[in-house]
Amino acid sequence: MGTGTGLGRVRGLGSARHGGAHWVLHRMTAVGNLLLLPWLLISLVRLPTYDYTTVTTWLAQPMAAVPMMLLVISVFWHFRIGLQVVIEDYVHEEGAKFASLTALTFYTLGTAAFALFAIAKIALTGTPN
Amino acid sequence: MAQNRARPLSPHLTIWKWGANMAASIIHRVTGTGMATVGVLVLTWWLVAAATGQESYDYFLGWAKHPLGQLVLIGLSWAFFQHLGSGLRHFVLDVGAGYELNTNRFWARATFVFGVVMTAALWGYLLFVKG
Repeated sequence: MGTGTGLGRVRGLGSARHGGAHWVLHRMTAVGNLLLLPWLLISLVRLPTYDYTTVTTWLAQPMAAVPMMLLVISVFWHFRIGLQVVIEDYVHEEGAKFASLTALTFYTLGTAAFALFAIAKIALTGTPN
Repeated sequence: MAQNRARPLSPHLTIWKWGANMAASIIHRVTGTGMATVGVLVLTWWLVAAATGQESYDYFLGWAKHPLGQLVLIGLSWAFFQHLGSGLRHFVLDVGAGYELNTNRFWARATFVFGVVMTAALWGYLLFVKG
């Protein structure tokens, strides 16, 4: 593969020296999830009911909408890195790996955009009552 | 790129002997992948339904309260607690601690107990205490 040799580096086959940053981000987002997911779980358990008005009234508050947006960023970033590691471990053919990673990126950004827009809409347009 | 097909590639699912620690590692991946796919779609559906209006939210709620939906939600909450337990174990392993055979096996088993106990506690409360 030419890892470490001058020619290997020119061909781009060696280490890009960016592996560590991914690893650290995976742990950092894990800590974010560790704070935000128990918050969501406890908030949901404490809601009296799960009907439309109760949930949207709760989510419209800044103290719910902002942590929820942070949760989407932290959780989605974390799973993006995690699934990339899974793909890199199981998909060895270069073309299929590139296609899988592209699909993963589109899936992550697509679902994140829908989730963040939904939270923003609930928070900014207020509750129906 | 030329590749030697005979070379073992990670993770060596087919050649490992099953044990608590490797099971914890594999289940960590399985639960993570499950939450990233099913869990993320359910969460996004819930949020978008709530942002769209009463009718689409009620449609979501109908599925969430359906026995099949409840089964998915129970499964997702188990995946969350299991992933949380093995994730905390990973933090300890990341700093280079907990690799002694007995310690390692003990905490691997503990993640499974944690996952099941927390899931049972959550749904016991939701279904039987809160009603």
